[in-house]
Amino acid sequence: MPISLQEAHHKHQNLLDILFRGLTRVSAFGVLALLVAIIVSLIAGSLPAIHAFGFGFLTSSDWDPVQDKFGALVPIIGTLVTSGIALLIAIPVSFGIAVYLTELAPRFLRRPLGIAIELLAGIPSIIYGMWGLFVFAPLFGDHIEPWINKHLGQMSVIGPFFSGPPMGIGVLAAGIILAIMVIPFIASVMRDVFEVVPPLLKESAYGLGATTWEVVWNVVLPYTKIGVVGGIMLGLGRALGETMAVTFVIGNAHELSKSLLMPGNSISSALANEFTEAVGDLYTSSLIELGLILFFITFVVLSLARVMLYKLGQREGRAA
Amino acid sequence: MVAEKIITPKLAVRDLNFFYGTFRALNDINLTIPEKMVTAFIGPSGCGKSTLLRTFNRMYQLYPKQKATGEVMLDGENILDKKQDLNTLRAKIGMVFQKPTPFPMSIYDNIAFGARLYERLSRHDMDERVEWALKKAALWAEVKDKLKQSGTSLSGGQQQRLCIARAIAVKPQVLLLDEPTSALDPISTAHIEKLIDELKAEFTIVIVTHNMQQAARVSDYTAYMYLGDLIEFGDTSTVFTNPRRKETEDYITGRFG
Repeated sequence: MPISLQEAHHKHQNLLDILFRGLTRVSAFGVLALLVAIIVSLIAGSLPAIHAFGFGFLTSSDWDPVQDKFGALVPIIGTLVTSGIALLIAIPVSFGIAVYLTELAPRFLRRPLGIAIELLAGIPSIIYGMWGLFVFAPLFGDHIEPWINKHLGQMSVIGPFFSGPPMGIGVLAAGIILAIMVIPFIASVMRDVFEVVPPLLKESAYGLGATTWEVVWNVVLPYTKIGVVGGIMLGLGRALGETMAVTFVIGNAHELSKSLLMPGNSISSALANEFTEAVGDLYTSSLIELGLILFFITFVVLSLARVMLYKLGQREGRAA
Repeated sequence: MVAEKIITPKLAVRDLNFFYGTFRALNDINLTIPEKMVTAFIGPSGCGKSTLLRTFNRMYQLYPKQKATGEVMLDGENILDKKQDLNTLRAKIGMVFQKPTPFPMSIYDNIAFGARLYERLSRHDMDERVEWALKKAALWAEVKDKLKQSGTSLSGGQQQRLCIARAIAVKPQVLLLDEPTSALDPISTAHIEKLIDELKAEFTIVIVTHNMQQAARVSDYTAYMYLGDLIEFGDTSTVFTNPRRKETEDYITGRFG
């Protein structure tokens, strides 16, 4: 009797194990299936637009729902430029925050500052958008853009990028708001990875007489580069896809302009603004194709990050 | 034999006390470390031997709430003085740690790192310095064909010799070794011990070790510490064969610790 009881128990356990393995497999492949389904439906949805405009869709700045002429150039550039501005500002600032929190700040300040940064990451994006529109953009337009116009706008090469009416809202304002939104993400990842650097490694560098800057730049940063790049990619991913905050401050104009002070559009804000009013198959299909392009851009960016990490590893000599 | 050599003091410790917050970890330490010899600090865990070592390059200053009082004189200057420039001090007093800590960069850059902090050397001079340091650390033959490879690709024993080479590339006067072989296998340990014996011709060496045989093998002078007190300090053969204090005898004969 006891033996058969044990056997029954054993069988029961085996069954559970098989079930468990099946479940994990279903979960893992389920995600893959979802990804494929999304890609397929995006492609299927954008077929009419692809047929109508071909590759011209990518290079045309037309956006004329009345005549059914659509081109993605303005929102693509808007997405790339706003995200680029955001990273340009956010990377150095986040680096500074992370270095201060891990190396320089007195211990009693580290926790509260760290928590404040994490709270900043938790603010819903629509609040950033509202704040950007009602508080930041007016201030920016009244005080900072005139200065930019006066000083940077007169320069020979970069001048055209910084001249234009100081309206507050525009591509530059959207980039800055995005920077504020991604700083907490990048900064907290950087802080977390800086914290795992072995104290002994840092002591070795300090022991040679290196300054804090030399230790951070030559030892901490190379040691944590994978995590740092990962944090930046997390921020970039958020910046590329961010919708609400950008919609509020970018101006939503399908106009191609050299000036960063002029209103523009981004892929995600075009989608958010126009889906409800998209009449006609071609209009809807064009918007879906925009979505497909955004998907593709994100994919390319993530792949480039992988390649970059691989190259960095090679240069360091790990693969040699 | 040691007593017949001409002994010049290199580091003179006077009434040194050390505090972790309110906890007093060193009690009125007085000792003199002779130049171009090997001095070993031994004692059970928590006796303050590493703490004492870390006051010599003021490594403790990285951490708030740690402080030292008293004097540590190096060539007539008190290195605990607030006016003492830390970077200059650490150029004179190098350190190697319990575990190998190669920087995440090439072998060449690991060695050049410290030298670059203090000197602007031409490419040729830097190549020479790197070769000199690696030869001194008995690592040149093993790595001369792969200087571009990452320092982390070496074996543990090689990494530790890399760290020694990195420390001496700055041309310090004193080398602090904090249990340098505790993470190494016996063969690598033997390498390092042989190296210490060669390096003392040029550098004053202070080694913390939990291994009494090691202290007996490599050092000229030995300090036995217990609970923050310096119990006995003298030339190694005397401390090990004819200790003055009962506590020292108990420890080295293994009756305690």
